[in-house]
Amino acid sequence: MSIPSNISDIARQVQNGELRARQVAEAALAQAASNRDLNAFLYLSPESILKAADALDERRLRGEVLGPLAGVPIGIKDALCTLDAPTTCASKMLLRADAPIPAENPTTHGWRAPYDATVVARLRQAGALIFGKTNMDEFAMGSSNENSAFGPVKNPVDRARIPGGSSGGSAAVVAAGITPCSLGSDTGGSIRQPAGLTGIVGVKPSYGRVSRYGLIAFASSLDQVGPFAQDVRGAARVLEAISGVDPADSTSADLPVGAYEAACGRDIRGLRIGVPEEYFGEGLDAGVRERVEEAIAALERDGATIVPLRMPHTNYGIATYYVLATAECSSNLARFDGVRFGLRQEAPGATLGQMYGASRNAGFGAEVKRRILLGTYVLSAGYYDAYYLKAQKVRTLVRQDFENAFAKVDVLATPTSPTAAFKIGAKIEDPLQMYLADVYTLPASLAGVCALSVPCRPLAATPSQPPLPVGLQLLGPAFAEERLFQVAARWEALRTALGPLAS
Amino acid sequence: MAITKADVLHVAKLAHLTLEPGETEQIIVDMNKVLGYVALLSELDTSQVEPTTHVAVSHAPLRLDVLGPNLTRESFEGEAPRYSDQGFVVPGFVEG
Repeated sequence: MSIPSNISDIARQVQNGELRARQVAEAALAQAASNRDLNAFLYLSPESILKAADALDERRLRGEVLGPLAGVPIGIKDALCTLDAPTTCASKMLLRADAPIPAENPTTHGWRAPYDATVVARLRQAGALIFGKTNMDEFAMGSSNENSAFGPVKNPVDRARIPGGSSGGSAAVVAAGITPCSLGSDTGGSIRQPAGLTGIVGVKPSYGRVSRYGLIAFASSLDQVGPFAQDVRGAARVLEAISGVDPADSTSADLPVGAYEAACGRDIRGLRIGVPEEYFGEGLDAGVRERVEEAIAALERDGATIVPLRMPHTNYGIATYYVLATAECSSNLARFDGVRFGLRQEAPGATLGQMYGASRNAGFGAEVKRRILLGTYVLSAGYYDAYYLKAQKVRTLVRQDFENAFAKVDVLATPTSPTAAFKIGAKIEDPLQMYLADVYTLPASLAGVCALSVPCRPLAATPSQPPLPVGLQLLGPAFAEERLFQVAARWEALRTALGPLAS
Repeated sequence: MAITKADVLHVAKLAHLTLEPGETEQIIVDMNKVLGYVALLSELDTSQVEPTTHVAVSHAPLRLDVLGPNLTRESFEGEAPRYSDQGFVVPGFVEG
């Protein structure tokens, strides 16, 4: 029995009994086993997944109507709390302190959250199978997934390359066909960039669209949870399931959830698509530009109006982001102190301060320490105005760029990343070079608008490399996710009609 | 205005991070590189610009002052590195 690859077919067949959730789970587990070398999962318990699948099948046999994600396996980024699996944020900081850490599968020894993140609870409610915890950059800090304390994730398209980050594991499990969708979190591009580099769909919802209760905080004014999926409709269905106000998150917006899946069928005639010049400047790879321009041209032929425009503060996004995000992280990560959970290092006779310092030094990796120190510096007396306050003011200018653009157009179309996936190890020695790769995703995070990445046609294969994926980033005003799905689904259909690039 | 070793040690203390001896040098290099790049922001005149602290929160939502379900003590005490007598155990910090 073959398992459909898209979410709506799986859910329909599980709902009507053509397919059992157990069959879906077994197929996904087999696929996970044959892709173990990707290092995409930090924790995967076949027993608990099969048990959940059996429970779902029994509910159907009892006559219950199953939800819109019935039997759909969904990988969960390890930054999200889950009751039935450990949560480590890919950090040694969240390994338990009470026993020696096993060399094999150290994350089985991770912190056990006393509650499900709201998004996880909503997925369970919708009938989804919570399918393991996915690898990531430690505390979501990174753009390549090389900052995981438990080893890098490989890109399923080319295993010598990075899958992007920080939600690299969530992207890889979908790109490798293990699960049809997964959840990630996006602070400055951590869903869109890996989606683009692995050739799948990834959505960063508007700030406030999705509850962050149970998401381990990195930068609270920026973090959002969102879906990865193989197809646009699938991403839309998952977003509908996880969206909406949550009394446990005071930053979640009390606004009606859109009909995202229904928006996928709408035509785009007359829709105004803005193309900001600053996203096509120096640093953009020529091959990536060609693929993105091809997509924009196809949308124009399909009836959209293309409007060239300027967003003059785009290039200040990186500097602004790395001040604000590090400042917020230095505050958020203060809670990891060896007292209430996770790792603790305590020499005999140590003072409380020495215990804090030693625990945090042993628990955090190099990039996390770097960001905590930078963030502490930009907030410290004498530097606050020059760095933190200045960056908050430039954030206003970046927001105004978006307000001005959305006064003229309905959505914006840009590349997701300036290059295709780079080789593992290529940028790890130079944090600034790594940060510069986020140039196109950061501004939307600063402005709090909604964004998604949908695959273009990949680059042409060469003798030394397979066809590497390229992402088209679509940006919409806050809470205009429907428009993004409308355009993305249209481009997905046009891309399918174009067929693969002749090599 | 380059970051010095004294600056790094000062913020490390503020951040409760005990750095390894060899670590400090690389952190000075990295912080100077990133802050050198951040200096780009000084090109912009922001004297008339209001700061953005948050994009979406216009007001703090209120709720009724009623007791809801809470986590039980048992659900998290087992995760603490040291726990006893219904409390997290830490090294003494008051001179006695």
